[in-house]
Amino acid sequence: MADLLLAYQSLFAFVGINGLLALSVYTTLSCGQLSLANAGFMAIGAYTSALITLRASGVPFIAALAASALLPAIVAVLLGLPVLRLRGVFLAIATVGFGEVVRLFFVNWDYTNGAMGLVAIPQRTQLWTIALALALALFILGRLRGSRAGYALEAIREDETAARTMGIYTTGHKMAMLALGAALAGLAGGLEAHFTFMVAPGGYAFGRVVEMLVQAVVGGTAAFYGPVVGAAFLTLLPEILREAGARLGLAPGPFRLLLNGLILLAVILYLPNGLVSLPSRLRRRSRGAA
Amino acid sequence: MSLLLGGVSRAFGGVRAVDDASFSVADGEVHGLIGPNGAGKTTLLNLVSGLLRPTGGKIELDGRRIDGLPPNRVAALGVARTYQNIRLFGGLSAADNVVVGQHLRRNAPVWRRLLLLPSARNEERAAREAAEAGLARVGMRERALTRAFNLSYGEQRRVEIARALAAQPRLVLLDEPTAGMNPNEAAAVARLVREVANEGRAVLLIEHNVRLVMELCDRVTVLNFGKVIARGTPVEIGKDPAVIAAYLGESQ
Repeated sequence: MADLLLAYQSLFAFVGINGLLALSVYTTLSCGQLSLANAGFMAIGAYTSALITLRASGVPFIAALAASALLPAIVAVLLGLPVLRLRGVFLAIATVGFGEVVRLFFVNWDYTNGAMGLVAIPQRTQLWTIALALALALFILGRLRGSRAGYALEAIREDETAARTMGIYTTGHKMAMLALGAALAGLAGGLEAHFTFMVAPGGYAFGRVVEMLVQAVVGGTAAFYGPVVGAAFLTLLPEILREAGARLGLAPGPFRLLLNGLILLAVILYLPNGLVSLPSRLRRRSRGAA
Repeated sequence: MSLLLGGVSRAFGGVRAVDDASFSVADGEVHGLIGPNGAGKTTLLNLVSGLLRPTGGKIELDGRRIDGLPPNRVAALGVARTYQNIRLFGGLSAADNVVVGQHLRRNAPVWRRLLLLPSARNEERAAREAAEAGLARVGMRERALTRAFNLSYGEQRRVEIARALAAQPRLVLLDEPTAGMNPNEAAAVARLVREVANEGRAVLLIEHNVRLVMELCDRVTVLNFGKVIARGTPVEIGKDPAVIAAYLGESQ
């Protein structure tokens, strides 16, 4: 077990970081809002913690990580004031715009070496740091479900107008979830920066947030742990296919990517509620056959 | 005096959906709001519940202006409602819908739940039990765990009433609560509405079933083309020539 952890350390680290990122998208989805700003929040978190570590020596890592969660959350509130008035696809477009603005800001900021980014960040992130962060995020989101606030979020997702006439302050709840999602994305960014030694604007482009969204949806957004399942599945799948392909004597390359895509497609087509709906679906099927 | 409307108007472009409407609903009163289709009844309910702002006039609840307040603030002052085209939280169970209805009544800060305090668990159990009691009141206890979108039309209406009552409102706005119900179900809803009024709550009720209005309501306001054309007891309304003309057309 210890050997396995050591051999695949970076793989498990990325499972955890991607899990946090998928949860950050789920956070706003859980109250019916599709926000695609999270690559931008991740960038802010990554740069914040990297700058603290590189330019302010002596600051403990935990403080840098806290800053990587806090600053994106503050930015999220400022962003939320105008954009949370928008609904559906308009909110998605506005937040994609925000993500691009953040990326271009870092491309053009000389202090952080523009497109080259910051390098030689000391590796401070350990596997247990990531595991702890993920556990904390899962705990918070899990406890939120079934609470008064959790019911309010579900009500907003189901019917925002009806929720408002029940006395639910919808704007405040949506704002809180946008900020929580931003904090999770920023924390993931800070953890990743201190694991891969570098940050560069290219890592936080639009494709990154699509990746988070796909992982959340493939895992399933009906359960709070679904996004983590999706992140684990989609992070491990290419590696498993690589191992399997090598043992079966398959040539590496495009075929593996094709298989990866086909499995993804199959999950989306046959499990519209995500991987977490698989057990209940199998149970129903076996009952139907009996 | 619970609800007071003074010269309330709402225009959509050139259409005056509600035009200088004035009437009041007292505590403990069942007040009927009737009128032909398109008379502005639902618009009026949307104005009272804060979903729309009036373009003129004032709305007071217990002497306090509520026009212009957002719907959640209006709800916090004690107004709950149901909808003509049912707006339950479809993916949630009947019981969960009623739990959401208790939102304003619950004292359950999220940090208590994050710290795993037993007070949070007790509060949740109380909320759940209150929701079941609320469902029992509308005869829906055995359907508590069914998702709202799997309920029949009449069942959904009853759950929506239970959800509105869960807020323990001062004023209940019911938009066609018996639509799509059979006579037995409608009579049960009428009994419930009377019971709710007897608790001292004000009820403003839109209803097309004339017999039910006649039997249930203390007073009735009749709207036509956004204007109040008659006000009074059901007996007075039944004899009013303007009402008869609006419903049956003018005699030549």
